Amino acid sequence: MRPAAFRTPEVGDDNPELRARLHAIWATEPGIKGWLGTTDHKEIGLRYIVTAFILLLVGGIEALVLRLQLAGPDLRLLTPDQYNQLFSTHGMTMIFLYASPILSGFSNYIWPLIFGSRDMAFPRLNAFSYWVYLGAAIFMYAGFLIGAGPNDGWFNYVPLAERDFNPGLNEDFYSLGMIFLGISTTVGAANFIVTFFKTRCPGMSINRVPIFAWGTLTASVANLVVIPSVSLAFFLLWMDRQFGTQFFRSPHGGQPLLWQHLFWIFGHPWVYAIVLPAMGMVSDALPVFCRRPLVAHTLVALATVAVMILGFGVWVHHMFATGLPGLALSFFSTASIVITVPSAVTVFAWVATIWLGRPVITTAFLFFASMIVLFVIGGVSGFMTASVPVDWQLTDTYFVVAHLHYVLIGINVFPVVGATYFWFPKMTGRLMDERLGRWNFWTMFLGFNLGFLPMHLTGLLGMPRRVYTYPEGMGWDTLNLITSIGSFLFAIGVLLFVINCRKSYRTGAVAGHNPWDAPTLEWTTPSPPPPYNFAVIPTVASRHPLWEDQLDESEGRSSWLRGMTLDQGKEALATTALDADPERILEMPQDSYAPFLLAVGLAILFTGMLLIKWIVIGLGGLACFAALLLWLWPRRDLREREPAPELLEPAHG
Amino acid sequence: MSATPLDYLTSAGARAAHIAPLTWFTLIVSVLVCLVIGILVWIGSRRFRASGGAEATTSVPVERGADGLPWIKWGLILSAIPLFVTLVWTMAALAQTAGPPANPALVLDVTSHQYWWEVTYNGALPSDRFSTANEIHIPVGVPVLVKLHGADVIHSFWVPKLAGKTDTIPGQNNVAWLQADAPGRYRGQCTEYCGLQHAKMAFEVVAEPRDAFERWRAAQLHTAPPPVTDVEKKGLAVVEYRCSLCHAVRGTRAASYYGPDLTHLMSRRLIASGALPNTPGSLAGWIQSPQQIKPGSGMPEQHLSGDDLSAVTAYLETLK
Amino acid sequence: MAERIISEPGQLPVGPIGRSGIGWWGVATLVASEAALFSYLLFSYFYVGASAQPAWLPEPDPKMWPSLPNTILLVASSFVAWFGEKGVEKGDRAQALIGFGGAFVMGAVFAAVQGYEWWTKTYGLGSSSYGSLYYTTTGFHLAHVVAGLIILASLFGWTAIDYFSPRRRISVSAGVLYWHFVDVVWLFVFTTYYVTPYLGFAK
Repeated sequence: MRPAAFRTPEVGDDNPELRARLHAIWATEPGIKGWLGTTDHKEIGLRYIVTAFILLLVGGIEALVLRLQLAGPDLRLLTPDQYNQLFSTHGMTMIFLYASPILSGFSNYIWPLIFGSRDMAFPRLNAFSYWVYLGAAIFMYAGFLIGAGPNDGWFNYVPLAERDFNPGLNEDFYSLGMIFLGISTTVGAANFIVTFFKTRCPGMSINRVPIFAWGTLTASVANLVVIPSVSLAFFLLWMDRQFGTQFFRSPHGGQPLLWQHLFWIFGHPWVYAIVLPAMGMVSDALPVFCRRPLVAHTLVALATVAVMILGFGVWVHHMFATGLPGLALSFFSTASIVITVPSAVTVFAWVATIWLGRPVITTAFLFFASMIVLFVIGGVSGFMTASVPVDWQLTDTYFVVAHLHYVLIGINVFPVVGATYFWFPKMTGRLMDERLGRWNFWTMFLGFNLGFLPMHLTGLLGMPRRVYTYPEGMGWDTLNLITSIGSFLFAIGVLLFVINCRKSYRTGAVAGHNPWDAPTLEWTTPSPPPPYNFAVIPTVASRHPLWEDQLDESEGRSSWLRGMTLDQGKEALATTALDADPERILEMPQDSYAPFLLAVGLAILFTGMLLIKWIVIGLGGLACFAALLLWLWPRRDLREREPAPELLEPAHG
Repeated sequence: MSATPLDYLTSAGARAAHIAPLTWFTLIVSVLVCLVIGILVWIGSRRFRASGGAEATTSVPVERGADGLPWIKWGLILSAIPLFVTLVWTMAALAQTAGPPANPALVLDVTSHQYWWEVTYNGALPSDRFSTANEIHIPVGVPVLVKLHGADVIHSFWVPKLAGKTDTIPGQNNVAWLQADAPGRYRGQCTEYCGLQHAKMAFEVVAEPRDAFERWRAAQLHTAPPPVTDVEKKGLAVVEYRCSLCHAVRGTRAASYYGPDLTHLMSRRLIASGALPNTPGSLAGWIQSPQQIKPGSGMPEQHLSGDDLSAVTAYLETLK
Repeated sequence: MAERIISEPGQLPVGPIGRSGIGWWGVATLVASEAALFSYLLFSYFYVGASAQPAWLPEPDPKMWPSLPNTILLVASSFVAWFGEKGVEKGDRAQALIGFGGAFVMGAVFAAVQGYEWWTKTYGLGSSSYGSLYYTTTGFHLAHVVAGLIILASLFGWTAIDYFSPRRRISVSAGVLYWHFVDVVWLFVFTTYYVTPYLGFAK
């Protein structure tokens, strides 16, 4: 019988029998099919989070080794080559293999839950983006482990990255690995964008969307259009290195600065992409511990978008010393000063929320509140470098190293750790230990500041970046020692965080649905949520569904105990972009090997390119083709095609 | 030299002098902003002395609270002032410090290599041209134009006490300019990561009164004096046979410009691009085992016999 | 007591209907990303060309043969593909097959002619920055044409075995959208490499 093309969705009450049926439909398949083929956003999100945290630890150990080498002048713990590979790999790991994936992981897990939805818009694409991330991380670290890790810094300037000056495989691993990784980030961005606009539950009009979603959305829109720039840059570099092209080599008309433009057109929006989602986490979770809604929610959402838009127009501030004309310098300096304004809006909103609320100091609150201070420190050092003449002294010194660590650790790591304390109970069903959490917080906070606050002074005293050692008599010795000690203290703090996660996972206090009395939809589900998230599709009537009774501001009340059941298959709801009116019933895909197989095909393809072995490239290409065919073959259960005509009954009017 | 030779919070020349006050201003504004926000967050968080975990949180009821928009309004108004001042001051400082002088008193060429600085002085006649390495002499109190060239990868030319950084980019003609307003030695450093020995690619700018500068320049034009003692003669022979592969000593058969010109090696205070003092012991150590001091630099290990090494060092000591 | 609001919509479509469906949005984001890629390739051309020494262009007056007729062929293939999509919309299988098959053939001829044009050039991939940019940009485009040909062939095959109907044809819309993108991008590439020299760029 022809399956119905239109249907009025049944509306019912949440009940155990419905839940049992939905569970059977949505649960990940057992065994290897489920392990390799799961499309559950929660499982994928957790994989992202765990993998990213592991890479954070790896990158951190690399940093500790660097700090041992720099603890005093003229030390010989590392050779220059070892140091250069370590600092480059440290940067690559933290910026590409931790900072973005951790936010993708939290977004993946949380978004459908805050949207009142059953999954992301493209579940198989979601699985694919994780496998590619894992594959690219392994690919790049394979290079490092054989002594061919990246060695030209994370932004990899030419001509030093060209074969003439860098003959080993280091730059090939990095270039191809980054193109490989870019695929993951791009498809992830596409998934977030479509999910944001098409799968929010009824009633969640655009003004009711949590700021965390705005943060990841703006990051995703940016990533979608700027990752091709860096992927292209790395591809052109690989071509120069392996095929004798002349993109960046000046004797035959190439332009070394072309690399810098292509890289930073990506690089600057990227650094906003790795903090805006984390800022969104703070904007949504800090108010819970201030027992009031966020101040100026609409302005903060607009400021998030404004930062991202302005972020496209400042990339040249990484190139102020390259000999550009004065007009360009003036424009980009102005834009770089102006971009502090929308960021400041968010900071003021947070401070106002604390002052106009009733803050309760929990470990999560400590991480969120402290991040405001760290944000401002990182922000003002950035403001200093926005001024071109000042930047001509500050750039390429440890002042910038201090700046970038305050913005990355302050606006990414601290919120992420706070977000873990906040959402750990939802993900695992257990609360994290508060006492251990205080130790965790204070060691991380004091260690970080002990390590990196003096670094501003080190930079003002002229210590250049990326040096494997430094001479005595420059005035840097004591400062470097303090920084090294601080970084080890910080590392102990991170270790305490890991210990707390592990301990709480096993023996933490059991959390119910909503241990924090928080307002958003994820706190209506059991902890951890079932595979289908919501037994009935919620309808929201405000920004703070679970606070509506306490706030008593809206006419209606959100509903999550009665709503559309969408239980005639693996079903979810698509809604309109602005008003979130129901628009379509989506048939969601079953677990599938195709995303994993495509990732494996790509890995083979990139390995072939690394070794310039055409047969391997060919095999990889064929494997990709087969996997894509398996994935995109029109499926009846997804309503991409009709059953064959002879199977149809005559149509009944 | 000062205890912090590479700091730029104080300046010694006109170009850097336009930058240092703005640096201080933005630094002070920044510190004040951090203190204000820090104090606000600290006091704001602790007002109710409420601390704990899930129970502590849920025991406090949720309330809308007062309108927070004035916070944002006033925050933006107050922030706009230092931002605007910085913007205007930046444009002014940029105008004063960027443009190369219309009439420089001296023009010289600096070419950056992995990992040393080639400095070339031209004159009215081709015969007035000479090259030296890693030590730049300039007359005090006048603007000096430095034309920058990149021989291999991108480096950056930086003398913090005198000016901000300018990159040297292969295929591109960048210029920097310097003016030292007090005589002295000012340390410089490569500040664009350029490979294995980026860390040890320093140089010095020596600013001296005009007549002392002219004396220095005239002396640099002289070719090397002939060796006197037998040991020095033997040293010259080794230099012409071995060192000539990469180095030049004008007036001898050593005439390669792959590495630094050694004709007046002894006139320089430091060797190995600022890594070592120019003493006989350091010089001998550098010649014999450069890879122990700067692994990855362009000069290979020499494996000279003890006699040869002493001879070479003795000869080089005559190159004043 | 405030009223609980429960969304109870009427009839909703189940899955994609016609060209409306979530999959279309996915392809649209892919197209946006790829369009960005080509804009960076063209940016590279303009940046390098503007910074270049005189006589950077190996052909100051680029030959219009065979690239102009080839361009017209490719643009025409978009109309033919559209014709095929209309066939699916009407339930006319023959029209759909002619459309997808025709567009495939025209695209394949375009690719072959492009390869021939490469063979006639006097400069190579590594000759100069111009050569590197020209072959890489047209090469990227050619790769996208090949991907488009595979998509058209798949649409042809799936149509031949009666997969699609006026109601269920989201794969067709997505695939033909991709083909249109490939053709529009070519217009930008063609203008950049073959037309801007006549307007004085890099001369």
